[in-house]
Formats: sequence, C-alpha cells, structure tokens
Amino acid sequence: MITLTAQCPECDADVRLPDGVMQNELISCPECGVELEVISLAPVELALAPDVEEDWGE
Amino acid sequence: MSVSVGIVGGSGYTGGELLRYLHGHPHARVTQITSREYAGQYVYTVHPTLRGASDLQFIHPDALTACDVLFLCLPHGTASRQIERYAALAPVVIDLSADFRLTSPAAYAQHYEEAHPAPEWLARFVYGLPEVNREALRGARYASGVGCNATAVNLALLPLVRAGLLESAFAEVKVGSSEGGNQHNAASHHPIRSGAVRAYKPTRHRHHAEVAQVLGESVRVQFAVTAIEMVRGVHVLAHCQLTRKVEEKELWKAYRVAYRDEPFVRIVSSKTGLFRFPEPRVVAGTNLCDVGFELDADGQHLVAISALDNLGKGAAGSAVQCLNLMLGFNETDGLNQLGVYP
Repeated sequence: MITLTAQCPECDADVRLPDGVMQNELISCPECGVELEVISLAPVELALAPDVEEDWGE
Repeated sequence: MSVSVGIVGGSGYTGGELLRYLHGHPHARVTQITSREYAGQYVYTVHPTLRGASDLQFIHPDALTACDVLFLCLPHGTASRQIERYAALAPVVIDLSADFRLTSPAAYAQHYEEAHPAPEWLARFVYGLPEVNREALRGARYASGVGCNATAVNLALLPLVRAGLLESAFAEVKVGSSEGGNQHNAASHHPIRSGAVRAYKPTRHRHHAEVAQVLGESVRVQFAVTAIEMVRGVHVLAHCQLTRKVEEKELWKAYRVAYRDEPFVRIVSSKTGLFRFPEPRVVAGTNLCDVGFELDADGQHLVAISALDNLGKGAAGSAVQCLNLMLGFNETDGLNQLGVYP
C-alpha cells in the first residue's frame, strides 16, 4: 500500500496520512499538533480544520 | 572500552546528578568521589536515589588518585586555582563551574570581578555546549560546563540568530531553588524561600557573558532572573524583536534546521493539548531542553520559550554529553532518561 504524505499548511512538517484515509477526515500534525482536514486525496491536500476556541485548562 | 571517572566535590547536587547519569553509562565507571564533609560515608547517604545502586564511599580530596576522567564540581573560583593539580591527575578534565567557560580573560574579569587565576588555561577549554561546539569537543581534553540560565536562553534564541532573524530579545528567566546549590543560607530558609517570586537578578546576571559568547555581540539580549516556587528547572520566556516580518513556517524551518539532528533539543510549539509550550517539570531529571515559540499577529514580535533542568541539561547532563563527545562514545550514552509525569 502506498503511504500518502502531505505538508502541514501550518508548520510545513511532512504529515503521513493513515492507511485508508478518507476525504474530509480530520488528522493531527505530528509536529505542531494542529488539526487538519484532508480536503483532497488526488492530489493529497490538507487544510487547517475549523478552530474550536478553548481555554485548555486555564 | 571503559574509563575510570573521578568526581571532585561530589556531595553537591551536580555531583549527585553525575553519579545518576553515569550509573547507566556503558563506558564510564565512577571509581572515586571526593567530599571533605562526608569522607568515609557512602554516597547514598547524601544522594539517596543511589541506594542499592552504588557502594561508593566519599574520599577526602587529598586522597584523590590518577584516573581517566575528572569531573570538577567545585565552588566558583576553586578549580581555576588548582587546575594544574587536576590536569596532572587525569588526561581529560570537565569542569562544571564557571571558571573556564569564557574564552576571554577580560570578559571573565568584567563579569566575575577579579582577574582570572589561570588565564593561560582559558584557551585550552572548550565551552561545553554540544549544540554549538560539537566538533571542537570531539577529542578535546578540557571542557567547561555551561551556565544553566545561559543555556536556556541560548538554546531558545540560537535558531533565530543563525537565521539572521533576531534583532533583540528580553528574556524573563524563572528558576528553581536547586540553582542555589546545597549550602543553605538565610535566603534559602524554607519560610523565606517557599512561595517566593523573588526578582533575584533583574540585570547584570553573570551568565550574560556566556550568552554574548554564544549568540554574539551583534544582537542585544538581556535577561532577568526570578526565583519561583520550583526545585528543579529553568523556564525562559523571551520577547524577541525580529529583523523583519516573518510567517510561522519560516520560524519552524529555522528551529528545525538548528535542532533536527540534536538528540536533546525538542521543538515544543503545539496547537493542541495541555503542554503546548516548554515546561520545566516535563524535562526534570533529563538532559533535554525543550524550545518553542509563538509569533505575534504583527509577524515581527516573537515569544521564544525554553525549559530545561538546571541540574541536567544545565549542568551534569551537558557535562556527560561532553564526555561522550570528547572520548568518542555514543553522544547519548547514559543520557536516555525521560522525565516523570505528572
């Protein structure tokens, strides 16, 4: 099976997509942690997922 | 290959940390450790985590004999006054004090307010920060330690300087009580120290000299040190003025270029989770330094952040990393500990 990769639009990290990934699936960048949406599979394209405001514990 | 190691002044915190790191080292064996106060006592009576791990006993400094490597963990100004003796006892010497960190006798006199006792030795020592002096450390016989606060500032800002992005920085440095060593005084008395948020050195900290030496004189870097309720750790939060407007991707590139091959520096600048930026307790007990950043909306004001253990990457951990480079061991030997959480 071919491993799909794409660049994180936030930090430019190489993001490896999980096997069987589907369009519109949400994944996380392994380096900056941003949530990404797979907006296209051919070609592979990632976009920042809509941000949910949170106070992460403060 | 196995080398015999002596630790001079081993009853302090850095001595204990050296023992802990070297306990798991495949090529280094601590054979002697000195302490005037505790001569004859087992090391675990002073460094309790070593109970069952080491049957070593402290010896008086006068009983020190020849060995392959000497680590000097002495009060400031002591190693430089006895360096000839120690160099005669071991072909490799790593001094954790500030005595041999600066290459310039004039800078030493300026920041330590006395002429250096052995200025001819300054050029023989390599400043012991592998992230900037790796090649010089390979095969070197003499290495200095690093200042913990200086290292936290230097590693936070080094990628920006190398990329030509840093114009000036002001760093707020928060530190734990173990920076003060194991000798108590009025300021370290528990009712005074506990809960403190004490502006310990708002300007003119001695480690400025190391920052200038590493980052260069062309960028203006200032820092203030505040003692807070923490035992181990240094936390740096540096407000940086960049030379031009940038995008966040460019910063990622600068930090990756600087640290992608560094075994002990991690980039922590996460958009999710509770630990989005470096935090000292995450790296406590390790040789790790975490660095991170956040770019302000104007694209030119950056907050750079770092965290390390002052006794680890800020002292004993870096010293063991230097040992590995100096003697050609794997750079990570003895240093693969992860931190504890929570």
